[in-house]
Amino acid sequence: MEDQTKKIITDAKAPDGFSGEGFFATKLDSVVGMARANSLWPLPFATSCCGIEFMATMASHYDVARFGSERMSFSPRQADMLLVMGTIAKKMAPILRQVYEQMAEPKWVISVGACACSGGIFDTYSVLQGIDKIIPVDVYVPGCPPRPEQILDGIMRLQDMVRTESVRRRSSPEYQELLASYNIS
Amino acid sequence: MALEQNTIIQSLSDRFGGSVSDFIHIHDILTFEADSESILEVMGYLKDDPTLRFNFLTDVCGMHFPDADKSRQFSVVYHMHNWIDNVRIRIKCYLNGDNPEIDSVTSLFLGANWQERETYDFYGIIFKGHPQLKRILNMDEMVSFPMRKEFPLEDGGRTDKDDRFFGRTTDNYTQS
Repeated sequence: MEDQTKKIITDAKAPDGFSGEGFFATKLDSVVGMARANSLWPLPFATSCCGIEFMATMASHYDVARFGSERMSFSPRQADMLLVMGTIAKKMAPILRQVYEQMAEPKWVISVGACACSGGIFDTYSVLQGIDKIIPVDVYVPGCPPRPEQILDGIMRLQDMVRTESVRRRSSPEYQELLASYNIS
Repeated sequence: MALEQNTIIQSLSDRFGGSVSDFIHIHDILTFEADSESILEVMGYLKDDPTLRFNFLTDVCGMHFPDADKSRQFSVVYHMHNWIDNVRIRIKCYLNGDNPEIDSVTSLFLGANWQERETYDFYGIIFKGHPQLKRILNMDEMVSFPMRKEFPLEDGGRTDKDDRFFGRTTDNYTQS
């Protein structure tokens, strides 16, 4: 009896809906959101020390696989979540942009660390002052560098967004407008 | 026998006369000024002379002195190394502020190629006869030469910096 009550539940929480004898009814949005949120394939774009913290995040101790992200994708075409970690030089900016453009919708971006978020201490002619100058960002993780717990927290915040995102968001005029403001079509 | 400083100075003065001047031992290296027109000859002599034998070009870099006399606003500094006697030497060439141009030394040392490109990239100094004088570290679209003093070090696109936190306001409390 006691063993049963202490059992850790690892299944994803079911979305709100109506259940009864042999049926469960919910919104398509919720089901798709649940599926997406628990299987985010990360594309690590690591250029400096934040990348080292991410290595710890994906290794056994912190284990990002617990959140459905065990499969690092090194092809932008097969990734959902772009993690930009580290200083992005202006010379690197077009490459990062190309990587983002090559990802298939739906796609999300996490900016990890002070440099990716704002340029950090590198307020200088050669460094991009935040990746949101060239691509849209969903979650910002502050820190210099952030600890793995913070990166995991950023991923969990993104999961919350993904879980509640409408399946029609990517074709909405607002989203098209956002992309257009970055000159991405 | 080790290569003595006096031998170097004597040899260069005898060969080039007034084109080389201001010999001084500074920061552990014998340093002198050479006319920018004569750099190829001076460097070739240092490299090929059987006594001097400065067989290696360690470094090429630029300097900018915006407040100096017009004819001495830019400078190119060369470091050479004699591996046989383990002696180093530093050559400075001053250039005109309006038209910083100097002969490329890539004909003597192929290793000067990227170092001269870097100096061009950051100071806009033109190396005549260089096989491929274009930017090497900064992005190609950049229009300025960032190590020149008139170029601001900080990026103009920065949006999150509050001057109050950097000691740039006289009063840290009243700025809006």
